[in-house]
Amino acid sequence: MNPRTSLLPGATLPGDDVLTQCMHCGLCLPVCPTFALTGREKSSPRGRIRLIKAVAEGTLGYSDGFIEEMDFCLDCQACETACPAGVKYGSLVESARNQIRIERSGFSPARLLKGFFIRHVLSKKKLLKTFAASLGMVQHSGIHSLFRHSSALKKLFPTLNSLQELAPRIDKKPFDEYYPEIITPPGTPKYRVGFLSGCVMNVAFAGVHEDTVKVLLHHDCEVIMPKQQVCCGSLQAHNGDFEIARVLAKINIDTFLSFELDAIVMNSAGCGALMKEYEHYLQDDPAYGEKAKLLSSKIKDLSEFLYTIGMKNPRQAFSHTVSYHDACHLVHSQKISREPRMLLQSIPGISYTELNEASWCCGSAGIYNIMRHSDAMQILDRKVLNIRQADVEYLVAGNPGCLTQIEYGMTKEKIDTKIVHLATLLRMAYQL
Amino acid sequence: MIPLDIIAALAAIVGKNNLYTSQEDKITYSYDGTPLLSQLPDAIIRPTTKEQIVDILLLANKEKFSIVPRGAGTGLSGGSIPVDNCVIIDMSRWNRILEIDRENLTAWVEPGVITSQLHQAVEEIGLFYPPDPGSMNVCTIGGNVAENSGGLRGLKYGVTKNYIMGMEVVLPTGQVIICGGKTVKDVAGYNLKDLFIGSEGTLGIFTKILVKLIPKPETSRTMVAYFNSQANAGKTVSSIISQKIIPCTIEFLDKTTIRCVEEYAQIGLPTDIECLLLIEVDGHPAVVIDEAKQVEECCRSNNATEIIVAKTSEEALKLKTARRSAFSALARVRPTTILEDITVPRSEIAVMLEKIDAISKKYNIMIGTFGHAGDGNLHPTCLTDERNHDEILRAEKAYEEIFIEAVKLGGTITGEHGTGLAKKKFLHLVSGTTAIDTMRAIKKALDPNNILNPGKVFDM
Repeated sequence: MNPRTSLLPGATLPGDDVLTQCMHCGLCLPVCPTFALTGREKSSPRGRIRLIKAVAEGTLGYSDGFIEEMDFCLDCQACETACPAGVKYGSLVESARNQIRIERSGFSPARLLKGFFIRHVLSKKKLLKTFAASLGMVQHSGIHSLFRHSSALKKLFPTLNSLQELAPRIDKKPFDEYYPEIITPPGTPKYRVGFLSGCVMNVAFAGVHEDTVKVLLHHDCEVIMPKQQVCCGSLQAHNGDFEIARVLAKINIDTFLSFELDAIVMNSAGCGALMKEYEHYLQDDPAYGEKAKLLSSKIKDLSEFLYTIGMKNPRQAFSHTVSYHDACHLVHSQKISREPRMLLQSIPGISYTELNEASWCCGSAGIYNIMRHSDAMQILDRKVLNIRQADVEYLVAGNPGCLTQIEYGMTKEKIDTKIVHLATLLRMAYQL
Repeated sequence: MIPLDIIAALAAIVGKNNLYTSQEDKITYSYDGTPLLSQLPDAIIRPTTKEQIVDILLLANKEKFSIVPRGAGTGLSGGSIPVDNCVIIDMSRWNRILEIDRENLTAWVEPGVITSQLHQAVEEIGLFYPPDPGSMNVCTIGGNVAENSGGLRGLKYGVTKNYIMGMEVVLPTGQVIICGGKTVKDVAGYNLKDLFIGSEGTLGIFTKILVKLIPKPETSRTMVAYFNSQANAGKTVSSIISQKIIPCTIEFLDKTTIRCVEEYAQIGLPTDIECLLLIEVDGHPAVVIDEAKQVEECCRSNNATEIIVAKTSEEALKLKTARRSAFSALARVRPTTILEDITVPRSEIAVMLEKIDAISKKYNIMIGTFGHAGDGNLHPTCLTDERNHDEILRAEKAYEEIFIEAVKLGGTITGEHGTGLAKKKFLHLVSGTTAIDTMRAIKKALDPNNILNPGKVFDM
């Protein structure tokens, strides 16, 4: 293969500078979930950076081993939090995946299917709804129990099996089909906020959406959920499909900026993290650079938003034991960890316990738990063990992937703790 | 290259699953924490028993290939970087704490135990293992013993060698010996354990290590003092010690480091001062209060511009942030961060700091210096870019001059990182020819075929 000066040809992508910034000190090793599984340097952040460097310098090709390591990575970015030198690891591994897509497209049926799903299904609202409706039909049919009781089926179709186990439960109706574009609070609105109905959230987490909207209305927000919006592009970008992510970003930028908004409130950590990154993905685009920057500056996680405007105190005590799980895309990507904890602890009556290893990935990681089921399950085991020890009634998290994954783990292990979104817990506390 | 049949024989010893030869594995075991140095090994092997290690070493002697032991790969002198014709022995999975003996205040650990995990385990029962190298959340006890690592608490509590009571070692020739033990006093024969401490993986592979524990200090008090001259900070350190007070920590940050820390962490440090000292005293509550007062007085009488004493543990933590962020803050400034660890007698710190400033200007290299002022161990840190060859050359020259000056002041070229590959060409500055020849004779006696980590510390 030809030596390259940079692995990362796109102008907005990190290159040589980010690679050189890693001084291989090893401080990322103890926080990496995949390194914890294998103890093998190539499955660690500094190992992967070294592999990317080798490919960039042409001393290693796009070998199966290289691709395997890029896929094995959860992209949880815990290493970025631990890194003393501020290496943007996430952008490196995503760029490597982008490059793999270009260099080695079409070599594995699973990869093709994943690429197709992420690129074509998630990105198109109608198609996703059709897909979701079919999945919903499957979920409500008997296939579930068929898989549960047939080890032969599980062996024959392992990915299909994990899909039916771990795909979020599809709602009867997508959220944006029963809530209007503009939702007004009972009194005079103090804030005008945008709301991303999203792709998976819209079809499988309508309840969390409703909770979020109720909480926002309670805080005197007029909530705008533009009809023209599309999927944020995060699953695509994390999978290395930057091209489609940019297309989606532009549509969302135009759509949301056509409203005068004080903020755009996110209830999915992954989406929030990516929309804050829009400005980086489009920084060299003459038409969209500035607009992207403006949009990104308005993106606020629900916890961040409520913390900034001053969360209202619930009137009645919420006398329950609660703990908090850090979604990777909140704590590591957006550096939000204090706000949700402060909010929870400010609720009268609440007894808050800090979860051991709260910022350790749960193994959900987009659709990682479906594509790499057994790795994801081992990572989940560690999380579940910590939840068992915390012994609380509610575990709060701010990302749909975490909710599905952890709920699956707790059902399997018969733990009574309920995993809920922050919005859901707040709605309960406010009795809305 | 090691022939394939030998690789197969190694696989037969440890099992196929514990031997890696893929290109991806070789690339990711080609480095440790040392900047600018790397080499591919021929294989990586993960033995699970002592007997396997013995067999590997016997085979290496028979077939004449080299063995490079490795813990977590955080070393800063190249001690675990592969050499020609070598197999890496990865000991990181030997990570069990075998015994904590509360009556004798000792613990038997495997070499792959991570230093901070040992801290946690013993502190839970009110005991204390003081050595705290900067990489303590990653590095292993085996590596600490091999490098004789230091840390922030060196001034009062000493370094790794002060806490090692014994060990089980596989010698380069494949025999196993146990040296030391749980007794505080033991003068039977040569003190062999001390030979292996700081041997940098050249004299043996540890399979078990016996560490000494002490009671955990009851309380501590932390303060920060700002100075507008390095000389005043240096005098403060000397005057604290001459008053017979031994703080557990006296850390120093120069103005370059302070500015980088403030830019990175925004913790409200004044950027117009020359340097700061972070001081912590620990022990019995009554003593701590008394000593903290005296230390404060020392700072004042040596013209500290401001002194901040932490009233609560949260405040103490805040004060320590400056020092803890020092390395991170410097590492962000430029891509290639080269961290050295010269050490001078503490009375010479101010002089050494002046020399470093002059050398930094002379070679036009950005150097931030922080470190353990209490024990004279300084970390002049060159902020460079490895892609700029001229700059790297200038950095190397600057370091050479820093080493020479440190030795002139009665100090040494390395206080806690080891000689390894990175500093072997400077070893002669501190150790005379006869001393290095004596080291060679010891190496030759224990490792006649020169198979264990050859070419580290010195060439044969």
